[in-house]
Amino acid sequence: MLFYIIKRILMTIPVMVVVALFVFLMLRLSPGDPAAVIAGDYATAEDVERIREQLGLSEPIVVQFTKWLGQLVQGDLGTSIFSNKPVAELIAQRIEPTMLLALTTILFSVFVAVPLGTLAAYRAGSWVDRVVMLFSVGGFSVPVFVLGYVLIYVLSLNLKLLPVQGYRSPFTEGIGPFLAHITLPTLTLSVIFIALIARMTRASVIEVLEEDYVRTARSKGQSEFKVLLRHALRNAAVPIITVIGIGIALLIGGVVVTESVFNIPGLGRLVLDAVLARDYPIIQGLILFFSFVYILLNLLIDLSYSLLDPRIRY
Amino acid sequence: MAEIAIQTEADKSQVSIWRIALKNRSVFWGGLLLVIIVVIAVLGGFFTIDPMKINPISRLKPPGEYGFFGTDQLGRDVFSRVVNGARISLTIGIAVAVVSIVIGLFTGLVAGYFRYMDAVIMRVMDGLMSIPAILLAIALISLSGATLTTVVIAIVIPEIPRVVRLVRSVVLTVREEPYVEAAISVGTRTWPIMVRHVLPNTIAPLIVQATYVCGSAMLTEAILGFLGAGIPPEIPSWGNIMSEGRTFFQLTPWIIFFPGAALAVTVLAVNIVGDGLRDSLDPRIARNMR
Repeated sequence: MLFYIIKRILMTIPVMVVVALFVFLMLRLSPGDPAAVIAGDYATAEDVERIREQLGLSEPIVVQFTKWLGQLVQGDLGTSIFSNKPVAELIAQRIEPTMLLALTTILFSVFVAVPLGTLAAYRAGSWVDRVVMLFSVGGFSVPVFVLGYVLIYVLSLNLKLLPVQGYRSPFTEGIGPFLAHITLPTLTLSVIFIALIARMTRASVIEVLEEDYVRTARSKGQSEFKVLLRHALRNAAVPIITVIGIGIALLIGGVVVTESVFNIPGLGRLVLDAVLARDYPIIQGLILFFSFVYILLNLLIDLSYSLLDPRIRY
Repeated sequence: MAEIAIQTEADKSQVSIWRIALKNRSVFWGGLLLVIIVVIAVLGGFFTIDPMKINPISRLKPPGEYGFFGTDQLGRDVFSRVVNGARISLTIGIAVAVVSIVIGLFTGLVAGYFRYMDAVIMRVMDGLMSIPAILLAIALISLSGATLTTVVIAIVIPEIPRVVRLVRSVVLTVREEPYVEAAISVGTRTWPIMVRHVLPNTIAPLIVQATYVCGSAMLTEAILGFLGAGIPPEIPSWGNIMSEGRTFFQLTPWIIFFPGAALAVTVLAVNIVGDGLRDSLDPRIARNMR
C-alpha cells in the first residue's frame, strides 16, 4: 500500500515536467520574436530589449529551461512584466473567489447530480430517466456564458431576486452577501457539471443494480432506500469520484468564463487581464498553477479509491 | 481473388454501419436538425443582408421592429449576423474534428502498436490533458495572433489526447485478436496489419468521438470569441456577436440570446447524433457510458 502511494506520487513527476516543458516551449517556439509579440505594436526597441532580458530570452534554450525549472521547483512562478510583482503573489491575492466558486459548484453539483442520477438509474427507461438524460445532453450543449446571461436576465433583472454581478468575501463582508453574490455564478457553472456527474452516476448505478448482492439485499427485505444508498451508491462511488476529478479541468475553464460574466475578481479575470496586457509570465504561471492543481487533485482521488472501496488493494 | 472478396466484404459492412445508424431515432432526428442548420448556413447568403452593413439610424432596435432578431449597437442586422455565424461555427467545428481525429489516429496507432513509443507518447498526452483546454487555447492564440487557422490549431491541441487514448485502447485490444496474430504469423508487415486489421476497428468509435469533438469545438470557439481571445472581431462568429452584445446586455439582451440559442441548438443536434451513434455503432462504449 505504502509502496503504491509512493509510486503513484512519483508518477506525477514526469507529467508535471511535460506540462512545464510544454508551457516553456510554447513561448519559445511561437512564430516571430516572442519579446516583440509581448511588447505589443507600440513598443520601442528598448521595451522589446527589456522584455527579452526579463524573460531571459537571449540565453541558450537549454540554459533557459534549467534555470526556469530550478526557479519553478522553489515555487517561483516568474514575475509579471507590467506590475513587476511575483506571479505567485498575484495568484495568492486572487485565489479566494476562484477557490470558493469552485467549491460551491462542486458541492452543489454533487448534491443535485448524485440523487438525480441514482433516481434515473432506479427508474431506468421511465419519464424521470428520460428527463434527466435530456437535461444531461442539454447541459453539455449550452455555453456557460449564455446560461449566465439567461439567469441574470430572469433572476436578477426581471425578478430582482439576486444581485447582477460582483463578489463579496465571506471573511470580511459576511456570509449573507457572499451567498447572495455567489448563487448565480454557482448555478451557471453547475449545469455542465451536474450533467456530467448525473450521467456517470446513472451509468454506474445501473450496472451495480444488476449485481447479485443487490438482489440478496432485496430478498432479505431491506428497504429500497437502503438498498440504493448502502449497496448501490456505495459500490458505484469510484467511477463517480473519477468523473468529478476529470471534470476539474472542465471546471477550471468554466471558472474563467463565469468570472468574466459575473465580474468576479478571481484567477479567471487575472488570466484575461494578462491576455489583454500580453503579460506572458502571468499566463504561463497560471497555466502551470491550474495544471498542477488538476494533477494533484487527481492524485488524491486515485489514492482515495481504496478508502472508498475496500476491495481495491495495491 | 481473395483480395477482392475481402474488399467487397468490407464495403458491405461500411454500408450497413450507416444503415444501422440511421435506424436509431436520436441519429435520425438529430441528423435532420443538423441538416436543416447546415442548409440554412450554406444558403444564408440568399435571404440575409450583408452582416457587416452598418446602419446608424436603426441602432439597438428590438426584434420585429427591424429584422427578425433586431439590430446591434452599430445598426447591423442580428439575424443576418447569426445566419452567417452558423457557417463560421460549423466550419470550425468540422475542421477541428477532422484535424484532431487525423492527428490523434496516427499518434494513437503508433502508441498502441509500438511498445517503446507507448510510455513516451502517453506521458506527453497526460501532460497535455492536465492543462485546462480553454487556458491553453487562450495562451496559444495570444502568442501567435488571432486568425482562423491559429484558433483551429489552438482548439485542436487540447482535443488530441482524448482521441489518442481512444485509438490506443482499441489498438491494444485488437492486437491480441487471433486474426492479428494470424497475420503476424504469416509474415504480414506492420503497416499493412495496421491499415487492414487495426484501422477498421477504430472507425466506429472515431466517428462517435468526432461528433463530440465537433460539438465541444464550437462551444470553445464561442467562449474564446466571447472572451475576446478568438478569431478577429470583425468576423461575425457567434462568439464574437455575443462578445459585442455584452456592453448593452441590460438594454438589448437579444444580441446575446439569439446567437446563444443558435449555438445551443446546433451543439445539441451534434451531441444527440453523437449519443445515437454511440448507442448504435459502439456497443462496447455504450455499455460503459449508458
